[in-house]
Amino acid sequence: MADSTFMLEIVTPEELLFKDEIQFVVVPEVNGEMGVLRNHAPLIAALNVGIMRYTDNNGAIKKVAISGGFMEVMSNEARILAETAERGSQIDVLRAKASKDRAEKRLSEHDASINQVRAQMSLARATARLKASDAS
Amino acid sequence: MAGAGVKDLKRRIRSIKNTQQITKAMKMVAAAKLRRAQEAAEKSRPYTETLKGTLARLVGVSSDVEHPLLVKRDDVRKVGYIVVTADRGLCGGYNTNIIRLTTDSMGADDRKPENGIIAVGRKGRDFFRKRTGVEAEFINLGDKISYSDAREISQYIINAYENEEFDEIYLVYAKFINVLRQVPTVVKILPIEPPEQESITGEHNVEYIYEPSAETILLTLLPRYVGSQIYHAMLEGKASEQGARMTAMGNASQNAGEIIGNLTLKMNKVRQAAITDEILDIVGGAEALNKGGK
Repeated sequence: MADSTFMLEIVTPEELLFKDEIQFVVVPEVNGEMGVLRNHAPLIAALNVGIMRYTDNNGAIKKVAISGGFMEVMSNEARILAETAERGSQIDVLRAKASKDRAEKRLSEHDASINQVRAQMSLARATARLKASDAS
Repeated sequence: MAGAGVKDLKRRIRSIKNTQQITKAMKMVAAAKLRRAQEAAEKSRPYTETLKGTLARLVGVSSDVEHPLLVKRDDVRKVGYIVVTADRGLCGGYNTNIIRLTTDSMGADDRKPENGIIAVGRKGRDFFRKRTGVEAEFINLGDKISYSDAREISQYIINAYENEEFDEIYLVYAKFINVLRQVPTVVKILPIEPPEQESITGEHNVEYIYEPSAETILLTLLPRYVGSQIYHAMLEGKASEQGARMTAMGNASQNAGEIIGNLTLKMNKVRQAAITDEILDIVGGAEALNKGGK
């Protein structure tokens, strides 16, 4: 198995969340999901708010919620830069649910004083976090 | 009276000892906070460095992109200064040095533009509020800087810049060299001056695939670059603040020790003089009695 793995790093401004050899990673690219395996060509991709998942060395699939960013792949090193990243197991489901409800309520009220774009972003983030927290 | 002198001195020594205890404790607290701030700065480095490298590479391949945050404005009417200071004092010249550098660079600008202050930290706000006024303030951010604070500030300045409230924005903060040395620094943050390609080592000629396109990536990367620069400055500022406070409190404790030493010496002298006086009195009295007896 060892020669089918490559390095994945998940980096946020506050910490290096993850750094290890993995087999496969799928990220939420702007135009849809994109998978990366070993020996991928050099690549820089813009990522959406969403969940990414990777298959670690033991074949287990792990999920991480990210709030948009970039992925850089070069010589069997994939580095994901996101403003925030949370492992599925770390996510506070109740809090994510609360912020999802809040964002949905704001969006449904059509209040001019509410920043629609921001509410939408916050909804997307909350949804991603909820998704990542399922079954991980 | 000599006795009252000793009492007074004793009281003063006790009061200074109390102060010294406080300054010693503050020094130790600052040392612990400094370590935390340095760790946070260390942790943010991979993100900042990668972002910088990617930006340099992208600007290289898509030099024809006209992003509003990259375009220099010919007519600079208003310049913004993000002034990163501490919320609290008792850290030597830390806040004053940053404020002085800000006013100096305002004065040194030959174009004579209007100036606006974006205050990060209460000390800077208090200073400028009394004089020029502040356009925006971000205070009470606490000792642990979180990236979301930096993002909020960057969103504000990017907005203000795009609405032409400002034509140039500078960041003023203290760069952390070591515990004894913090250097106030000004950097231009908007319009963005992309880092030089030289900063990346090797691997210059790798052809990247850009998904969806170099331009799109650049557009989303630029605001993040501003955010990471502000975050970096806030972290450095925090480390500098704690370093300055450590030094200031270390000096204060030392001075207190010196004063205590001097006062103790003086107190002992006064006490000794009082005792000598008494002995002289007794001896004098005894002599007088002896003479009278003969």
